[in-house]
Amino acid sequence: MSGVTDPAKEAILARIRGALKDVPEAETAADVAVARDYRVSGSLAGDALAELFAERCADYRADVRLVAADELPAAIAAALERRGARRLAIPADLPAEWRVDGVEWVEDAIPGDGAASAGAQAGAGARAGAGAQAGAAQLSHAQISATDGVLTGCAVAIAETGVIVLDGGPAQGRRSLTLLPDYHLCVVARERIVELVPEAVAALHAAAVEGRPMTWIAGPSATSDIEFNRVEGVHGPRTLDVLVVG
Amino acid sequence: MSGAAWPEVPAFPLAAKPALADAQLRRNLGRATSTIRGKRADVVAEMPDWEQLREAGRALKERTLRHLDEHLLALEAAVTARGGHVHWARDGAEANAIVTRLVQAKGVSDVVKVKSMATVEIELNEALEAAGIEALETDLAELIVQLGRDRPSHILVPAIHRNRAEIRDLFRRTIGPADLTDEPTVLAEAARRFLRERFLSARVGISGANFAVAETGAIAVLESEGNGRMCTTLPETLITVCGIEKLVPTWQDLEVFLQLLPRSSTAERMNPYTTLWAGARDGDGPREFHLVLLDNGRTGSLGDELARQTLACIRCSACLNVCPVYERTGGHAYGSVYPGPIGAILSPQLAGMRAAGSLPFASSLCGACYEVCPVKIDIPTVLVHLRDRSNRERAAESLRGKLDPERLALQAVARGFATRGRYERLQKLGRRGQWPLARKGKIERLPGELGGWTAARDLMPIPPQTFREWWIEREAAGDAAAGGAAAGDAAAGGGAAGDAAAGGASPEAAR
Repeated sequence: MSGVTDPAKEAILARIRGALKDVPEAETAADVAVARDYRVSGSLAGDALAELFAERCADYRADVRLVAADELPAAIAAALERRGARRLAIPADLPAEWRVDGVEWVEDAIPGDGAASAGAQAGAGARAGAGAQAGAAQLSHAQISATDGVLTGCAVAIAETGVIVLDGGPAQGRRSLTLLPDYHLCVVARERIVELVPEAVAALHAAAVEGRPMTWIAGPSATSDIEFNRVEGVHGPRTLDVLVVG
Repeated sequence: MSGAAWPEVPAFPLAAKPALADAQLRRNLGRATSTIRGKRADVVAEMPDWEQLREAGRALKERTLRHLDEHLLALEAAVTARGGHVHWARDGAEANAIVTRLVQAKGVSDVVKVKSMATVEIELNEALEAAGIEALETDLAELIVQLGRDRPSHILVPAIHRNRAEIRDLFRRTIGPADLTDEPTVLAEAARRFLRERFLSARVGISGANFAVAETGAIAVLESEGNGRMCTTLPETLITVCGIEKLVPTWQDLEVFLQLLPRSSTAERMNPYTTLWAGARDGDGPREFHLVLLDNGRTGSLGDELARQTLACIRCSACLNVCPVYERTGGHAYGSVYPGPIGAILSPQLAGMRAAGSLPFASSLCGACYEVCPVKIDIPTVLVHLRDRSNRERAAESLRGKLDPERLALQAVARGFATRGRYERLQKLGRRGQWPLARKGKIERLPGELGGWTAARDLMPIPPQTFREWWIEREAAGDAAAGGAAAGDAAAGGGAAGDAAAGGASPEAAR
């Protein structure tokens, strides 16, 4: 908002430069050595990687199940049945095969153009028909709140920390969609799982440069504010179910 | 602490007294801090590269701070390019005025807030209230503090001094039904119901920032409850107050801090929710985003080469949880927004020695804080450095400061220890003069100002023969038999060898 004539900005920059008199004129930020000798790539793959993710994600008291690709629709139906969820909010680009029968699907329009997510190709599979996308409007907060839950995919999942990352890419929708409903069912494609945090941060770099908002999710909402005891379920979804597919 | 004039006696010791006498408070704190200490140790132990991450965190913050002007300009450009507005505030009053003006421009009389230390520091809620704007805290602990018209006592868990029964009573009186139980689940549910409508109707949200990425303009808010997501996603307008030290240069740098912070803070592998956004995004979240960059004393700290590292703090609060002083006194005794070891070095630098000059003394210098600090801030060294600064500033400012008994006593000690001859003469003098004080081989009470030392411990008197005297005698006699007998004497005198070694050896080596 403020241009170069902002006196506060000028004053703060002058104070900083005055305070840093000990920093040699020729030094650049890159000259300050940072050793990145911590782990930057994992060693696990295949089942071991998926199982570590499932175990760590379940530690947050999420319900995590490993399912084969052809079992996914049945697994989605079973999860919704178990939670008694009849009306589900979904991003308009949710794959058609995830929209099982017997559930009312409430579509939310994709913000912007719904461009590719960090993980690049939609591991979630083909998008739903373009017709469904064009027909959807953005739901109001009240409409999202009134659903029984939300079903999405994800951009990246991190095995070591059991984290799911949404970046608004395919099958993920905007941030409020996964915030207001009390139940979140998330489909994590195996190829989206990385082992370590640095691998996830690297995978998300393109989305970050593009300015896409992100949500990193580690289990259902929780608080430790009362005597440092963890309690699940405050303002975000109180129940998180995860289907690791593939 | 009043924050008024130079305290004659350091203010912390006075403020700590009632806290130490409050058994309930000590039980609440003891239980909470020991729980979190154990959990943190577990999640840190499972990381084989924890020390490398700590070192990288320290180095990244050093890189940030040594080129802060450049990174701030890059952040401003990135946020602006993504549709956000950037404001600069030299101090709290300026930041409060900016935020108040922005809220008033929206024509609303209430805002929802996600917990932010920076806004507590500048007393934003009070400033908004004075302008007729209600700022509702939505973090559970912060809500507990706000409803109880209380003050925060911990960086992460501001209501750590309250147990579940106290919270139940407070909620019964304020927001909840009268039949509320003290089950944490029930209490959390009461907060959920109370805040839900407020989230949905709020048109302006206010947040702090855990990190601000200069490269991409991303702001990161780490939280647990989902209130942070609500405040940063649902309102049409979002205002973020961010201390200028919260920057990291690049997106990649988050790979370090997103590992260090949750494990150090809530002792989890990852906190439940982390929201990252840059500017304003069409169709996703607030349409209008304002970033207020806050100095408020930070550039002063930047100018002190040794104390500058304080600005690397990522507000995890691990140092509070391990501090033997904090665990016993709680946060209120520090009389500062930032309590515990980090508060003891940060507050005097932000608020000035006049307001918080006693805090660097509120430590036993045990070093536990340094060991757990995820960005390796050498808190004990900074504490000693700030003690020196505090004393010097006091002495420079007033005669009373110059004539401070502790200062004079230590100056005398320094002169006495300066040469071997003086030290030995003083020892002899002391041995002759100490008889009215020594009882049964120990001194239990010293007179006057020196009494503070013996209030909690006994002092060994100077023995009839010191180690040095014994040694000289032994050298002169030149045989082991004399040594054996004299050594017995010295031991009976109590700790003589230690006294002499501490006093005698080092000055000679130093000369």
